[in-house]
Amino acid sequence: MTVLEPQASFEVTDKGFYGRFGGAFIPEMLYPNVEELRRNYRAIMEDPTFQAEFRALLADYVGRPTPLFLAERLSNEVGATVYLKREDLCHTGAHKVNNTIGQILVAKRLNKKRIVAETGAGQHGVATATVCALMGLECVVYMGSIDMERQKPNVDRMRMLGATVVPATSGSQTLKDATNEAMRHWINNPVDTHYIIGSVVGPHPYPDMVARFQSVISEETRSQLLEKTGSENPNYVVACVGGGSNAAGAFFHYLHEPSVRLVAAEAAGLGVSSGHSAATTALGKPGVLHGSRTILMQTEDGQVTEPYSISAGLDYPGIGPLHAHLFDSGRGDFYAITDDEAIAAGFQLSKLEGIIPAIETAHALAALPKMGLQTSDVVVVCLSGRGDKDLATYAKYL
Amino acid sequence: MEAQAVATQADSALPTQNRITALFGRKHEGLLNVYFTAGFPNLDDTLTVLEGLEQAGADLVEIGMPYSDPVADGETIQQSNLQALNNGMTLRLLFEQLANCRSRVSVPILLMGYINPVLQFGVEEFCRQCQAVGVDGVILPDLPLDLYLDEYAPIFRQYGILNIFLITPQTSTERIRLIDEQSAGFIYMVSSASITGSVSGVSDEMLAYFDRINAMNLTNPRLIGFGIKDNETFRMASQYANGAIIGSAFIRLLQEKGTDQTQIKAFVEAVKGK
Repeated sequence: MTVLEPQASFEVTDKGFYGRFGGAFIPEMLYPNVEELRRNYRAIMEDPTFQAEFRALLADYVGRPTPLFLAERLSNEVGATVYLKREDLCHTGAHKVNNTIGQILVAKRLNKKRIVAETGAGQHGVATATVCALMGLECVVYMGSIDMERQKPNVDRMRMLGATVVPATSGSQTLKDATNEAMRHWINNPVDTHYIIGSVVGPHPYPDMVARFQSVISEETRSQLLEKTGSENPNYVVACVGGGSNAAGAFFHYLHEPSVRLVAAEAAGLGVSSGHSAATTALGKPGVLHGSRTILMQTEDGQVTEPYSISAGLDYPGIGPLHAHLFDSGRGDFYAITDDEAIAAGFQLSKLEGIIPAIETAHALAALPKMGLQTSDVVVVCLSGRGDKDLATYAKYL
Repeated sequence: MEAQAVATQADSALPTQNRITALFGRKHEGLLNVYFTAGFPNLDDTLTVLEGLEQAGADLVEIGMPYSDPVADGETIQQSNLQALNNGMTLRLLFEQLANCRSRVSVPILLMGYINPVLQFGVEEFCRQCQAVGVDGVILPDLPLDLYLDEYAPIFRQYGILNIFLITPQTSTERIRLIDEQSAGFIYMVSSASITGSVSGVSDEMLAYFDRINAMNLTNPRLIGFGIKDNETFRMASQYANGAIIGSAFIRLLQEKGTDQTQIKAFVEAVKGK
């Protein structure tokens, strides 16, 4: 096991760095917007009236706290005690709404009139369209045109919620390109628009702000685990990582608990060496993507590589700078999970526990047999989303 | 060492006779900077277009280093980037193409692009190559001022490469002063809050912004970019700054009509109104 350097910090610095990753590599056109957010986000988030409103919506609208469920049959299968943090039971079906509730409240306090967002699987787009409907703000969501085809139910949901869904037709027509288009939209609408980034990516302060909104996951896990086991700390916390927002939330309150191993499952697609993969830490190098210095998949010439995963939510060539730092410092264990392994884990959880997970989440479950678990180990898996949206994909394997 | 640490770009630029600084020293009005993407429309067109622009009377030339994710650029320039990459364009190849360009052209040359390919190439090696082939300045929109000053300014200074900064209608007065202080060569005035190629015409809002900047009496000359597409917009911009930058409109010409010298000359002359 890697020995954690005592000075290693996982707090973001004033300039937005986690170790050597992070920062705000943005064109001047975005500077005023990002700077306005940077100057205000902590004060807004720490304001008691904001916290009261945020907490009330998490309880009454999102349905928090989400249960921490002891998955007994799965535990028997993997040979350890496995708890599932049921983010799939959040309103809209995934953890994404924790962040969109928080960010739309920030946007309102900054007097923004319009929201722009990107989405991959459509979960973040739906969560954004949902809170925009709730707050009566205009909503524009960019989505890769390939993703619009493979996640059609979510496109329909966003439209039903009143959002305008704009296809991103450049590049690979997936999440990376949707993010580019959303950033361009923000450049073109600098004064009255807030960009709700859906993951712990983008320029500072986004990775920190999103991680803080998602940190409710580990905040609840600690008290729930204490009640159930007598200890706040499991041996492992496991989550899937595309950009890494559910992982950031599930890890947040354990970052400075060296006895808790943090396990990230990345999408290996058809295999790490197949040329059709999204396993960023296995294949990437340090570079700058979407406003932060992180680890990203790229050519020798610094062109961003088109990733591939069966899961639209993990189909991203980078990871959040916090995760790059977890990888770099040895604080996190990263596993690359193939499409087939994820699908098998999705079927396994469905049959053992009666829970159909999102294919993204299934990548986290597929890491369990690779971790060398002992029977005495307590493991928390962040069950980030439900699998309804993925039925068409799962059905091919029935 | 301490004196060096506080030196601005301008201090170290002077002894190297940077072509951009020299140009603005002798010409103050109606300067035209034309952007084109390296390796576009065909891989080997870079030098042809560069020479064509000098002969046509462009005052500066901005060569785009193609990138897979050019977030500050609109569709026209994005497509040209993609096509250049598909042609096989790389930064290494660009420096090879430009290796002997100074025996053929004397126009000031800027490289414009995004930070990631430069980081992978190595910032110092990039600056060294720029100096070796005769590139005078660079525009890297996603390398903001503070990160440039914290990490890279001494390297750029060492090789005499000017880093050109952008300002926009939303840039605060305080920040414009800071950018002016740290700039050499010229300041790139983005005409409106937008990506490239997305603006049509000159609005009252833009004129108010141009007036506001004029009234600040900045140390550096200014070129206005974004939304410049013809003689009318060029003349308008030139009334408020030392000149203007044209990009998407020229890329469309190359796309539609190729790199024919007479076409390039006709385009530049039409914009300048000769």
